[in-house]
Amino acid sequence: MLSYILRRLLSAIPFLFMVSLTVFVLIQLPPGDFVDSWAAAQSASGEVVDMATMIDMRHRYGLDQNILVQYFHWIVGIMQGDFGYSFEWNSPVSALIGERMNLTLILSVGTLFLTWGLALPIGIYTAVRRYSIGDYFFTFIGFIGLAVPHFLIALVLMYLSVKYWALDVTGLFSSEYATAPWSWGRVQDLLNHLWIPMIILGLGSTASLIRIMRANLIDQLYMPYVVTARAKGLSEVRLLLKYPVRIALNPFVSTIGMILPQLVSGAVIMSIVLNLPTAGPLLYQSLLSQDIYLSGAFLLLLSMMTVVGTLISDILLVILDPRIRLEQ
Amino acid sequence: MSESNTPTAPAVQVNMANLRGGIEYASQWTLMWLRFKKHKVALVSMYIVLALYLMAVFAEFLAPFDPEVALRNEGDYKAKAYHPPQGIHLFDTTGGGISFSPYVEVLKEKVDPESLKKIYVADAEKKIPVSFFVHGFEYKFLGLFKTDIHFFGPKKHGEVFYLFGSDRNGRDMFSRVIYGGRFTLSLGLIGVLLSVVFGIFLGGISGYYGGRIDWVVQRLVEFIISLPTIPIWLAMAAALPKEWPPQYQYMAVTVIISLIGWTQLARVVRGRLLSMRGDVFVVAAQLDGCSEGRVIFRHMLPSLASHIIAAVTLSIPLMVVAETSLSFLGLGLQPPAISWGVLLKEAQNIRSIAVAPWLFIPGGAVVIAVLALNFMGDGLRDAADPYSH
Repeated sequence: MLSYILRRLLSAIPFLFMVSLTVFVLIQLPPGDFVDSWAAAQSASGEVVDMATMIDMRHRYGLDQNILVQYFHWIVGIMQGDFGYSFEWNSPVSALIGERMNLTLILSVGTLFLTWGLALPIGIYTAVRRYSIGDYFFTFIGFIGLAVPHFLIALVLMYLSVKYWALDVTGLFSSEYATAPWSWGRVQDLLNHLWIPMIILGLGSTASLIRIMRANLIDQLYMPYVVTARAKGLSEVRLLLKYPVRIALNPFVSTIGMILPQLVSGAVIMSIVLNLPTAGPLLYQSLLSQDIYLSGAFLLLLSMMTVVGTLISDILLVILDPRIRLEQ
Repeated sequence: MSESNTPTAPAVQVNMANLRGGIEYASQWTLMWLRFKKHKVALVSMYIVLALYLMAVFAEFLAPFDPEVALRNEGDYKAKAYHPPQGIHLFDTTGGGISFSPYVEVLKEKVDPESLKKIYVADAEKKIPVSFFVHGFEYKFLGLFKTDIHFFGPKKHGEVFYLFGSDRNGRDMFSRVIYGGRFTLSLGLIGVLLSVVFGIFLGGISGYYGGRIDWVVQRLVEFIISLPTIPIWLAMAAALPKEWPPQYQYMAVTVIISLIGWTQLARVVRGRLLSMRGDVFVVAAQLDGCSEGRVIFRHMLPSLASHIIAAVTLSIPLMVVAETSLSFLGLGLQPPAISWGVLLKEAQNIRSIAVAPWLFIPGGAVVIAVLALNFMGDGLRDAADPYSH
């Protein structure tokens, strides 16, 4: 098993290299560079930027170099913890992204656990009480969760909260904690705000997990071993939890790899709508202004989050399921 | 692809008459249709999907007003921004008896004396009669000939009503939602077709050859699946020049979305091909000296067709949501192009939706389309699987 884990870890390296290459190509895609859009913004506000200044800026930021050289500098810097410099904010990228990435991680992983916590009991319930009113109810909610895009749920919730509940659902902190250093009060404040985005984000993936759990468990429920156990007089709850649920759980672990990218994706767009201090809004803004090192850092870290998530789920699966271990 | 089911449908029903007691002679498609028909929700969803696509095709005919024009009643000096939705009354009960003459009640603009906000109040005096097949704005029917006949609209050309309210510029939301469906739904269809081409090609060679090619394609698929799609889409869409004409943007957005959408299809195709590779009929075709292309495309893919159709139907809603999300953020289609995402962009700020909650209506259209496509795809998938119960 150890050798499998080692091999799996090694195979992640070319993946991460490909991620970095893809991200770098993506941020270089737009025609022109930051200096162009900066100059355009300057001339829009009435200031004239002469050619010499632009050439000087390009030289200073290394934008006049060969693209491979630029990539090399970028990736070597990142390995040393230097994500480059944000032209727009006039500050090192690492200073801008730290807390936002942490909050994105908390939001995504928190939602993942919420999704599991909800999908497991509901999935078991809907499988055991098939075609009951509760089953139909959760199936209906599930389909709504699958069909309504995150940003739309966020918008509708925002509308309802303003119109009827006089609540502010935007942001993750109250104003007094927004820029305060971390403290116990701030953590509590975060938890008070976090549940709304978590529910919005988790609705769709909870729905698909419930369906997976329901289908898997139904497959197990009519297996001969279940009938045998029941015939031997095992209590219904014990019978259910000890065998079929355990087997049906395996896909749960493997869905980390499937659901985490969805959650990270959804978090980006939802955060833009709700203006949360996570990666989304700043990534969006940096893409629009071609602040490439900032957008590059976000894209790289978000993609790495999902690649590492897939890796963790693969390894967990091998630990949990002996059958997979034997195949190796 | 969803329509490809319809031509077979009537033919199958005709066949059914001769088929009684002879189900063993039914073709694979007939069996699939019979199974599909049992799934009532899927069947209803199919009709909804058909209706939506027909709506997209005949948008000009169905929309009572030009979606680009800020509408004005005769005598008004400016367009009515954020006019609330008006319902159509089918029966006229004024003057005692009931008669079938659809009309819309006119709403009068007033200023609320307390809050000084603009409000609209019903004006029982004035009615706008509504009728079928009326003359409205001129358009080209299916791009063939010019006409100004619309399915329904105000009897008198020049009068105005808003079934779904009006937007910021006083344009008719009802007509705009119909037009928006054209972009969004066709983009889903074309995007899926591109995905099918990518997916079948790469999944096909991967599953047929196996070995090293399979390894490379599978790693590529795994790589793309493990990426978070929306940030990647955003980055690609942000690279599109804003000044491009709508047709270019449309194609570019379609390509961007399908670049990621093909992976699911590639997996389905590969998995099926791999399990089929050792089957007798494939070996027979190979021994007959068929070229590899012919074995894949002539012998193996047809037995996958039903699965592919089901997978395709399930990917259209993903494309629809993707387009809507991108355009909503202002990175997909740009106005003056009208799509459901572009329309939802109007609902982006909380002030305008507080004044005009009907700006959410395009969102409702998205939800209906996505749900119907999902149910239909589920039904097709179950119907395509001979072992499902």
